[in-house]
Amino acid sequence: MRYTIPLLVLGVLLAFFAVGLRHDPRILPSPLIGKAAPAFSLPALEFPQPEATATPPLKGNADFLGKPLLVNFFASWCAGCQIEHPFLMSLAKAGAVTLVGVDYKDADVDVRQWLGSRGNPYAPVLADLDGRAGIDWGVYGVPETFVISASGQVLHKHVGALTPDAWERDIKPLLAAAP
Amino acid sequence: MIPEIGHYALILALGIAILQTVAPMIGWRRRDARLLASAASAAQAQFFCIAIAYLCLTVSFINTDFSVAYVAQNAHTDLPMIYRISAVWGAHEGSLLLWMLMLSGWTFAVSVFNRRIPAELSALVIAVLGVISVGLLLFLLLTSNPFERLFPVPLQGRDLNPLLQDFGLAIHPPTLYMGYVGFSVAFAFAVAALITGKLDAAWARWTRPWTTTAWMFLTLGITLGSWWAYNELGWGGWWFWDPVENASFMPWLAGTALIHSLAVTEKRGLLKSWTVLLAILTFSLSLLGTFLVRSGVLVSVHAFASDPARGLFILIFMAVVTGSALTLYAWRAPKLASVGELNLFSREGLLLLNNVFLVVACAAILIGTLYPLVLDALNLGKISVGPPYFNAVFLPLMVPLFVLVGFGAVVPWKKGRAGETWNRLKLPALFAVAFAIVVPLALHGRATLLAVTGGLLGSWTIVAASQDVWRRIRAKPSFVAGLASVPRATWGMTLAHMGLGVWALGVAFVISYGYEKDVRLAPKETTEIGDFTFAFIGAQEAKGPNFVAQQGEVTIERPDHRTVQLYPQKRFYPSQRNVMTESAVDATLMRDLYVSLGEGFEDGSWSLRIYVKPMIRLIWLGGVLMFLGGCLAASDRRYRLATAAERKAALDGGAQAA
Amino acid sequence: MSLLRGICLLLLAAAFSAQPQVTVEKPAIELTAAQEARLAELLPDLRCLVCQNESLAESRAPLALDLKYEVRSLVAQGKSASEIKHYLTDRYGDFVLFRPPFDPRTWLLWIGPFALVLLGLLVLVRQIRSTRRAAARAATTAKPADPAALKKLLDE
Repeated sequence: MRYTIPLLVLGVLLAFFAVGLRHDPRILPSPLIGKAAPAFSLPALEFPQPEATATPPLKGNADFLGKPLLVNFFASWCAGCQIEHPFLMSLAKAGAVTLVGVDYKDADVDVRQWLGSRGNPYAPVLADLDGRAGIDWGVYGVPETFVISASGQVLHKHVGALTPDAWERDIKPLLAAAP
Repeated sequence: MIPEIGHYALILALGIAILQTVAPMIGWRRRDARLLASAASAAQAQFFCIAIAYLCLTVSFINTDFSVAYVAQNAHTDLPMIYRISAVWGAHEGSLLLWMLMLSGWTFAVSVFNRRIPAELSALVIAVLGVISVGLLLFLLLTSNPFERLFPVPLQGRDLNPLLQDFGLAIHPPTLYMGYVGFSVAFAFAVAALITGKLDAAWARWTRPWTTTAWMFLTLGITLGSWWAYNELGWGGWWFWDPVENASFMPWLAGTALIHSLAVTEKRGLLKSWTVLLAILTFSLSLLGTFLVRSGVLVSVHAFASDPARGLFILIFMAVVTGSALTLYAWRAPKLASVGELNLFSREGLLLLNNVFLVVACAAILIGTLYPLVLDALNLGKISVGPPYFNAVFLPLMVPLFVLVGFGAVVPWKKGRAGETWNRLKLPALFAVAFAIVVPLALHGRATLLAVTGGLLGSWTIVAASQDVWRRIRAKPSFVAGLASVPRATWGMTLAHMGLGVWALGVAFVISYGYEKDVRLAPKETTEIGDFTFAFIGAQEAKGPNFVAQQGEVTIERPDHRTVQLYPQKRFYPSQRNVMTESAVDATLMRDLYVSLGEGFEDGSWSLRIYVKPMIRLIWLGGVLMFLGGCLAASDRRYRLATAAERKAALDGGAQAA
Repeated sequence: MSLLRGICLLLLAAAFSAQPQVTVEKPAIELTAAQEARLAELLPDLRCLVCQNESLAESRAPLALDLKYEVRSLVAQGKSASEIKHYLTDRYGDFVLFRPPFDPRTWLLWIGPFALVLLGLLVLVRQIRSTRRAAARAATTAKPADPAALKKLLDE
């Protein structure tokens, strides 16, 4: 009997590996899910660029209550953002959901050029110049997309470029179910 | 044309490997001597084919033939020749081909050095190795063909990863793979013993040199990897408890246990089924490492582009190879009866105790490495298990091992006597205690718990390990005659154990007394660390064959007012748009001064990482001593010269089979 | 196997190849020697999330530098190690800790190796006892008048 123990251990290990092969170890679940979205107050970019160097208006959590949102952390220097950009544009065109873009650690000039040439899917674009808001939201690599309920709760987080698949599978049902 | 030759050679090798597996098995069942003898020829033919394939890939690299996809991904026309040769194993496909070359090389060696071994056993060993070859060749040909053509042919290649453009790395993977793959021979011997049901002292004696050789290569490979990481990664670390490092360390621990239990099996005919199990486990852990590194199931194991199809293939391969070996074990091992009395206080008893700690240490690393995967698979969240865990669990498990090493060399087989043991070990013990108290205080003025423990265990291991050699020399009339009388195996064991002690001293001192500092310095600014003054002179542009660098200049003033210049670089490789940190080290046996460049700022200042690492060289010196010990032990003459009786037994075995 | 680790770092670097182009100069935070020591003790236990297997102490990734700055400012504010760890796990989860917390999920992780030592010793002792019994049986069945045979048996 005891001579079969190694075989049993191997069986258990192989089973775990088989399951592990289907998980991506680099995607972290967000501890924010089910909680209120982290407090933020960020300057909103104005289009076209205002001539004076007036301080841009700050926007915070309270400005977005009442309807579900996608909060999309992006940057003009990020490769994944280029991939998901056309899809975000189609979402915006269809009016599927309000998109809030958080421009993560990016220069004002760069993001204006980027959005100018590709189109701007975001309702407002907020600038997180020093990445502090990113830390509060637990962002570890742009692009990352959060689904926020009308009452300001985090419902879901998608890491990496947003794909039509992920939208249909993970996000659309949440938005439909949310009050 | 050349890549096609390589590809066909691989396909041919697959066919031969199938023959190499099937023919000896049939030969064994039918007791057909000719079929048994065909195993050796098949092994040699297979090696020839793989060598041709390997050569073809190397030639493609030397010619930078970018019509081969793998070459296009890993070479560049500016790549220096030495790195073109080492680029062959720079990524998944080629390194797998290197694995295969090693495997067929080991099989070839078995087929050549099998004269003393019964024909039956040698043929079965080659057949089992053939099974592994078949699996790996299928893996290569079906999922990872290095000879795949690319069309249209790119004008320029994507270049070899700059991290790999380092001499340490030109030799690190081959030595590591020699070790990994070498354990397949012990595995094959174990499986063959399970098939025949014959496992005696002679079996253990045949298996030992193969195992020791594989072990010493693995030791050297791990040591080189540690040394390379220290020089190339830029933060002065020498071991990170990274899953990929653990993947090489687990077979090392199991292999070390195997070497010791083989000794018991040979001398006392005990622990037979345990030894067989260890041989299976050691090679299985090598396979596990391959799986972890290439499948992408663990964080950081992105060494090779992770491909679930490849992961699945290795998983199935592992299930087949290890699964069938363990099934055979469950079925046949109960018949491998060991006869004889076992005392705890005897050499074999202590070796068994050493096995307990080595295997548990190996299991602890396995648990720590796989725990995040297991929790994730059960949907219990993602956690990290990192260096703080491994240090907390692994180091306490090492303490009893070091204590045991001293006893192991002194306590005789069968039954030890307390009085005699005390007489022979009281001086080493006294020396170790004195060393542990005096040396840390004398060198650094303060004694930490780690430094004292490490000093105690390290010096105890070194002195106690040398007892055996010392006693043999004293038993002879003259020193020279004494030296000559010590068998190589004893030298090997002593040297390896001393290496372990040296390693422990290095670890304890570098952790206890190292300094590090992260500073931003403007040109001409200085900073003090320990007894040294570091002056940042400035940074300039420097050019290499395929990179441009920012080269910093740092002048270090030592306590004796002599100065040392160091030139750390931050290299930019345009072909891959990669930035590499090339640290600069001033090394002596007693301490390393280590500087690496961080980021440069517009005002000409740079962030610098500066380390003073006392005695870090001892860590690698220890590894090298263990390697040399392995060389000596594996080349002991008693493995080469069969006694007359044994030769007769071997002949009888052959005759019987016929 | 550090080679592979290195490659992994590079591949990850390639995945995030584009790095932030702007760096905001933040005011330097002065720490007392005691605070520096606390920081140095804390950083190796915290994982850099982008590089995935380096600690904050080692990493030079932009996010790691940002987090290091945050941790530094928290130390300067006098926050305890566990408060700082909470700050990070609230945002990134337990993944950010290199030393996993001791809770029901990790009991096996922390206790397992030491339980295995006990188990191993237990098996060893039982093994030794059973070989003794076997040897004793062999000795009694051997002819007691033949010491040579007895010795031979024992020597095997």
